[in-house]
Amino acid sequence: MNTSRREAITGRAFLVLLMIVTLLPFVSMLSAALQPRGTVPSGLEWPSDPQWGNFADAFDVANMGALLRSSLLIVLGVVPAAVVLATMAGFGLGHLKVRGGGLAMGVLLLGLTMPFEAVVTPIYHQVRDLGLLDTRWAIILPLVGLYMPFAVYWMRAHFLNVPQELSEAARVDGASTWQLFWRVHVPLARPAISSLTILLFLWTWNQFLLSIVMVDDPTKRTMAGALGAFQGQWGTDLVLLCAGSLLILTPTLLVFLLFQRQFVSALLQGAVKG
Amino acid sequence: MTAPTAPARKAPSTQSPPHPPGAASRTRRRTRWNGWLFVLPALAVYGFFVLRPLLTTFQYSLYHWDGIGPSQWAGLDNYRTVLTDPDLLGIIGHAFVLIVFFSFVPVVLGLLVASLIHRVSTGPLGTAARTVLFLPQVIPLVAAGIAWSWVLSTTGMVNQVLDAVGLGRYSRAWLGEFDTALPAVGIIGAWVMLGLCTILLVTGMSKIDPALFEAARIDGAGAVREFFAVTLPSLRREIGICLTVTIIAALASFDIVYISTSGGPGTATTVPGLEIYRLAFAQRQVGLASALAVVLMLLVLICVLPIQRLSREGK
Repeated sequence: MNTSRREAITGRAFLVLLMIVTLLPFVSMLSAALQPRGTVPSGLEWPSDPQWGNFADAFDVANMGALLRSSLLIVLGVVPAAVVLATMAGFGLGHLKVRGGGLAMGVLLLGLTMPFEAVVTPIYHQVRDLGLLDTRWAIILPLVGLYMPFAVYWMRAHFLNVPQELSEAARVDGASTWQLFWRVHVPLARPAISSLTILLFLWTWNQFLLSIVMVDDPTKRTMAGALGAFQGQWGTDLVLLCAGSLLILTPTLLVFLLFQRQFVSALLQGAVKG
Repeated sequence: MTAPTAPARKAPSTQSPPHPPGAASRTRRRTRWNGWLFVLPALAVYGFFVLRPLLTTFQYSLYHWDGIGPSQWAGLDNYRTVLTDPDLLGIIGHAFVLIVFFSFVPVVLGLLVASLIHRVSTGPLGTAARTVLFLPQVIPLVAAGIAWSWVLSTTGMVNQVLDAVGLGRYSRAWLGEFDTALPAVGIIGAWVMLGLCTILLVTGMSKIDPALFEAARIDGAGAVREFFAVTLPSLRREIGICLTVTIIAALASFDIVYISTSGGPGTATTVPGLEIYRLAFAQRQVGLASALAVVLMLLVLICVLPIQRLSREGK
């Protein structure tokens, strides 16, 4: 009993310590972001006169309104399209069990472990040939394609578990496959769809490589891409850089904290690609 | 949005409720072909933005090309360069060093944390730990890079702490010196990956039959024995997933390195992902970049496939 109590106490202490270590970089950024502009902050040091105005400055200087708008446009371009296409394909492969579906799935799975770096160069040339460089489409269209392996795999896993009787009942009622899909199966798939939506939102928002390769103008990039440019521009102004970074990572933190449950279950079931 | 009632509303319009026998299976046979209409759009975007580029990468890798002018047949020259050039080999080696930090450390530490959460605190502390440890996984890697560049800089927190405990002589620009830069980048990765591994492993542990633990206890196993005899073997699949995800992240790392060191000092922290980007877009050596991309892809498969295999066996 005694040892197990000691074990419990050291165990808890270790967890708390690890949590503190995890949070320290955030806190350290915050303390730097609150120092007076133009000073060189040092380590973790709570300012005597915290300059909350730095956040407003960073918002203006980074043109954060435009960045937010751009990221939202990209997310709105990528996520609904990817979710609809993947849900349809997942339905076809998982529930309708199309002939040759195994082959299609194999071809899709090929892309599951593939690093984006492996295809970014030809995608760049392809997008250039389409005349879409430096537009948001240059990020949106490739991302929809690149997400397909994971997204289809994800939705197919859901549809494999839906009983066939459900469809047969609807067919007896005269539903076409299209109606069956939209009226019966999509509503039932809502949990799987919303998890996928959250994951794709975060991955799109945080997408960096495609963003910096395809688009030069930071106000047409994703948030992560814009943050990269922000670093290049304000790397020496640490106070502003930290304030800007904190502003930029807040939306993802909020989404995570709001949808934590779905988010985590999504990752657990489909943790094939992080 | 009233799912169950939708087919019912449709019901009055059906003319002949009693279907002849076999009609259902005939429809199903027809839909097995019509079903492709559901699959094709996804395959089309995938084909155009993944498969075609993939083939093009192979094609580029066989040419010398600056991305604009005429290209020149190179055969396997680019591959020969990738596999013999000491700089490029070093860069590939860096990716393997990062595997230790991105993958090995988070999995081992994650196992420890997960068994702590599982054994001593399933309550609020456990929930808080899971949430907090997961936060780094959610923010853009770029932001992680910026935060840690600041923590590890000469005036940053790490050096401040070293000064405070009298170890000031060890303080340095951690990301700027040849022998510390790569491990420093690795630590950022470990920080990012720990939460994902922890959550996966905790969930795996909660699925283990408690009777197994009890049996071990009755046999007189302590915490350590119990861990190796019961917990670890039951977590095969979860550990497999953790390793897969983190090894891919290590081999394909780009964001953190680009932001925190841009590959420097020298090429001390340059990884394949960054080198592909640099070669293709700054050095205009598209062929060589593509060969490196193909090699990177193969490395990922060589590392990940055996793990997939092993973790699936016996389940």
